[in-house]
Amino acid sequence: MTSVALRNICIRVAVLAVMTACMTAARCEDLAVMIDNFTFEPAQLTIKVGTTVTWKNRDDIPHAVVSAGKFRSKTLDTDDSYSFTFTSPGDYAYFCSLHPHMTGMIKVE
Amino acid sequence: MSAFDHDHSQDDPRLSRRKVLECMTWAGTGVLWSISGGVPHALGLIDSAQAAEPTGLTFLQISDSHIGFDKPANPNVIGTLEEAIGRIKAMPVKPSFMIHTGDISHLSKASEFDDADRIISQARLDVHYVPGEHDFIDEEVKLYRERYGRGTKGSGWYSFDASGVHFIGLVNVVDLKAGGLGNLGAEQLAWLEDDLRGRSKSTPIVVFAHIPLWTVYPTWGWGTEDGARALDYLKGFGSVTVLNGHIHQVMQKVEGNVTFHTARSTAFPQPAPGAAPSPGPMKVADDKLRGLLGIASIIFKPGDERLAIIDTPLQG
Repeated sequence: MTSVALRNICIRVAVLAVMTACMTAARCEDLAVMIDNFTFEPAQLTIKVGTTVTWKNRDDIPHAVVSAGKFRSKTLDTDDSYSFTFTSPGDYAYFCSLHPHMTGMIKVE
Repeated sequence: MSAFDHDHSQDDPRLSRRKVLECMTWAGTGVLWSISGGVPHALGLIDSAQAAEPTGLTFLQISDSHIGFDKPANPNVIGTLEEAIGRIKAMPVKPSFMIHTGDISHLSKASEFDDADRIISQARLDVHYVPGEHDFIDEEVKLYRERYGRGTKGSGWYSFDASGVHFIGLVNVVDLKAGGLGNLGAEQLAWLEDDLRGRSKSTPIVVFAHIPLWTVYPTWGWGTEDGARALDYLKGFGSVTVLNGHIHQVMQKVEGNVTFHTARSTAFPQPAPGAAPSPGPMKVADDKLRGLLGIASIIFKPGDERLAIIDTPLQG
């Protein structure tokens, strides 16, 4: 078996572990944050550990999603998306590094 | 009668100096500002401005060319930049140089910078750039500095002198903080203080940066968190002119000896503060677009300390 195939299996196992954690948690689902008119909507989300949040930019101007030391998207042009799976509980304050007056919060329980 | 016909009486400069925040307004077609003895005077609309004979230093400001933008507000930003450069080439008096106050590109792609350079170079003028936030979003954040950063400090700030005027290009689009506005940072402020130290207070100063250095509309992030620190260092200078872009519309304010001015974009207009749900690109009727895009020329006449800013739309 090649190392690539081994790595793929490892990744699958890891993904499965995350999904299992998600399935055992009550009402765990993947959620979306829309970027419209230079705002994150909803501005605050409360989620379970293991939830994946996807940001989608629907503005005519690029944005980026950054939580200092936690996650950082590439620059999202119109209709681009960025996803992050939250594996640890805590408060994740984030903002747009291009337009810092745009702020949001993900609370992970 | 224009909105700019404020009474800056030359007979009583103290009256003008006392007035603060009095000239914040939006422009129609254009306006001429001049400065005598450090006191700005609104002289009239663009016709009288064009009648003035520029005998000293003339330079141009273009801004926010956003090459790469292709949305309904203007699907042809290359075309409108070409029109702006065409106007510059047609000027009867060749300007000494040009400044570009940032957002050269829309997404910091090499091809966008290439297109901008190809068009802007047709003006055959030296161009002094400062970056906008759209010029620092390539993955490695290196293209702007590779292309425009030679001889600059930090993330791209610098100063130079021309015809007795001291020019300072600042960067306020880097290391932005959550919930905040534009940012200069401690290192750049220390450099600015040092750059101004020992300089004669009679030296006319022109500061240019992308985001307005004064607070225009914080709800939309239109201001610079530590801009007041920079302006503190400029206190005492008789003539200070601050030129910005970013907000894609002409706006002016006079505060003591400082004249603030923002230039139009060559790409697309943005709404007046609070006039729309967001500061995003403003779609207007096709025949109105070129009236909202444009360039600015700035004239400095040595001796009488006159400095005039003339905004010219691409059309109308």
